[in-house]
Amino acid sequence: MTEPVLSIRNLTVEIPTRHGLVRPVKNVSYDIHPGEIRGVVGESGAGKSMTGNAVIGLLDDPARIASGEIWLKGRRIDNLSAEEKRAIRGREIGMIFQDPLTSLNPLFTIGEQLVETIQLHLKVSAAEAKERALALLDRVSIPDPKTRFDQYPHQFSGGMRQRVVIALALCSEPSVIVADEPTTALDVSIQAQVLDLIKELASETQVGVILVTHDMGVIADTTEQVTVMYSGEVVENGPTDRVLSAPEHEYTKSLISAVPRPQVKLHRFPQVSYGGRETTFKIEDLARNWHKPEPSKSGKLVEVKGITKKFLEKSAILPSRRTYFTAVDDVSFDIKDGEVFGLVGESGSGKSTVARMIGTLLPVDGGQIHFDGDDVTAMSTVEMANYRKQIQMIFQDPFSSLNPRMKVESIVAEPLMHHKILPPDQISGRVHELLDRVGLTRAAATKYPHEFSGGQRQRISIARALATQPRFLICDEPTSALDVSIQAQILNILKDLQEHLGLTMLFISHDLPVVRQMCDRVGVMKQGQLIEVQDTETLFVKPEQQYTAQLLDLMPRLAQLSG
Amino acid sequence: MLPFILKRVFQSILVLVVTGAIAFSMFTFVGDPIDNMLGQERTMEDVERLRTQLGLDRPVPVQYFKFLNEAAKGNFGVSYRQGREVSEIIMERAPATLELAALSAIFAVVMGIALGVFTAIRRDGFAANFIMSASLIGVSLPTFLIGILLIYLFSVELGWLPSFGRGEVTQIGGWTTGFLTESGLKALILPAITLGLYQMTLIMRLVRSEMLEVLRQDYIRFARARGLSNRVINYRHALKNTMVPVITVIGLQLGAIIAFAIITETVFQWPGLGLLFINAIQFVDIPVMAAYLMMISVMFVVINLLVDILYAFIDPRLRVSAK
Repeated sequence: MTEPVLSIRNLTVEIPTRHGLVRPVKNVSYDIHPGEIRGVVGESGAGKSMTGNAVIGLLDDPARIASGEIWLKGRRIDNLSAEEKRAIRGREIGMIFQDPLTSLNPLFTIGEQLVETIQLHLKVSAAEAKERALALLDRVSIPDPKTRFDQYPHQFSGGMRQRVVIALALCSEPSVIVADEPTTALDVSIQAQVLDLIKELASETQVGVILVTHDMGVIADTTEQVTVMYSGEVVENGPTDRVLSAPEHEYTKSLISAVPRPQVKLHRFPQVSYGGRETTFKIEDLARNWHKPEPSKSGKLVEVKGITKKFLEKSAILPSRRTYFTAVDDVSFDIKDGEVFGLVGESGSGKSTVARMIGTLLPVDGGQIHFDGDDVTAMSTVEMANYRKQIQMIFQDPFSSLNPRMKVESIVAEPLMHHKILPPDQISGRVHELLDRVGLTRAAATKYPHEFSGGQRQRISIARALATQPRFLICDEPTSALDVSIQAQILNILKDLQEHLGLTMLFISHDLPVVRQMCDRVGVMKQGQLIEVQDTETLFVKPEQQYTAQLLDLMPRLAQLSG
Repeated sequence: MLPFILKRVFQSILVLVVTGAIAFSMFTFVGDPIDNMLGQERTMEDVERLRTQLGLDRPVPVQYFKFLNEAAKGNFGVSYRQGREVSEIIMERAPATLELAALSAIFAVVMGIALGVFTAIRRDGFAANFIMSASLIGVSLPTFLIGILLIYLFSVELGWLPSFGRGEVTQIGGWTTGFLTESGLKALILPAITLGLYQMTLIMRLVRSEMLEVLRQDYIRFARARGLSNRVINYRHALKNTMVPVITVIGLQLGAIIAFAIITETVFQWPGLGLLFINAIQFVDIPVMAAYLMMISVMFVVINLLVDILYAFIDPRLRVSAK
């Protein structure tokens, strides 16, 4: 075996806080060889990103390297001065961040950003830098680089932007790339393309890649070596095949078992049980206080009939010259009482727009939505208030869907007060009960959202959604911002709610394994149209449309774990 | 881009028509102009004749249209007090105010941005904290008090700078300028600082908080990860993004500088439009008041129109046609 291009030896990072030193990274060691992709996996807070930041010399104050060594091509780099570290950044070690939408400066063309970086590291003329930039864009398979060169980031799709970010990381042929969750924000199909590109680049340019992710599927598909981290420590290290098929450490075993399986349907999501953090959740108590929803008149709670949504794409003074983008095109489906209906598709396929129209957050441009037989699009103000009480939404991002200036108690109480469901003196009792039931303590009521982790915040969102005792719950990517282990907890809560409270649900996700576990029937959307509606089992075993089959094919699979 | 500008121009015209209505209504509601123009000894015939002559017997919409029509040509009638064309008086006074406003705007923008960037980058430094605390004074003290304090210090105690007037001015065509003589420049310093201080602290605080926000963004982190130097990151990447929201506020504040000039001009007895307006109010000189009102609103509207266009120029996401 060749010499490792990067070695991390017994690295410990510490952060001084009021409560003493915290060590988010403890005694971590691993090597990266040229052309090798090393996965680093673990849940958020496990210290995997922090290790990457230490390597590239970008630890945020006051975090610092307490002990250990980092060697790059035989040179020790952890003790260099800030200026020397900067010289290595971008030149020797490239970095790819999670969110391609925010990692490019919106006010500069991608050409400017590329040329700037190339000129900084390679000391070439502007013309040479431009030539190299065009070659790089071509290298990362961006079509028509000459035109794209002068465009701004907002003119690129998410996947294309991540390619630009990769091109930027490759500017001066670095020996190592630290890719921090490079595909978490992308669709399945785009994710597969970006991962393929990274694999290709690694084998071609012999760059060593540290791929930080929480997605076991990505690890299985892409990496040769894997390092599993748990609360700052490396718990397991080895070839990916071996670690996935015969994990040695208890945590790895439990992490692997928590990955939703695309192949089989299980009753509940297995949770990560390591470390005794599994919370018990007594939904039965909530069910006692819950008046069971009346069955709908027709047996179909929601009927969507040919709804259409158009967005203005190009404005003009003359109406005839305006162009519209049809986000949702004549979509019809219905959801039976107590059913979980899934909507899948790539981003931009219109799934969330459908959800927003049903939730009356967006007006429909055509078609009707019937809720228990009543046309939602033609309701009076009073009927609308009543309708809104019966439907509730849970959003994707638990960080932005809770008002940061409100205490949790007020957040959960708001729907109760708005709809005048309870007299004021009973509200706080109900709020505590709701928080209890989603597995949060009473003390949570007096805190603000920022004091909670992503999973806990999503529980708060669920408590808020349940406050009005809705009949219908719209979940728009409720777990895509969460770790596998947290995802399992949240999905189990939703499943239990659905079973015990007889809730009807619209469940939107791009994560097909999750959809298979959650949903009774699934609709597939493509470019605004609903192309297929099937029972979940049929869809996954024998899809009718070719597009659906393609989507299913792109799922990163844990082939080794099919049992 | 073109529909965007046309839309803004249309909105601007609408704003002007509405302020025009307010200016026009002053003639009708703030006393009867005939009373103002004719003395105590007048006959009913005189009143009627003048009324017909001035067109005041015609319906109000017709009068308003005539007013707008004349105002668009820059004709606001004759000052009650001075008996001269209002447009002539305004043209005579405008250079003083415009020079003062321009200088204090440059002072506010340049110093505001420079100090804002400095305090954002050296967030925890002693100097930055000192500037931040001192800026509270700029925000909280009223303009006239700052003016009086500056006069006391630099004119009365130190005797360095004049306390009132424009000093010696040079005539260039129809424009009088104080920029070309030493006494004219000296006379500009104190009023310009007084007028611009509040805007400067406001811009500085805004730039600072925007910049701190921008420096937290992912693309700045990514710029660091690409190995760019702090100088390039701060002044190229961060500053441009900081300016997007700041420009709107600067645009509004420039209009405010001209409007606030009233107070500064009174304190420093600066022979500009503000002082003219104050005197006009004292004598109920309605044509002058109406003309001043229209002029200020035209300036506000034009500045904001320019800002909107500039905005689209800086931020590519607003260039609608780019799609």
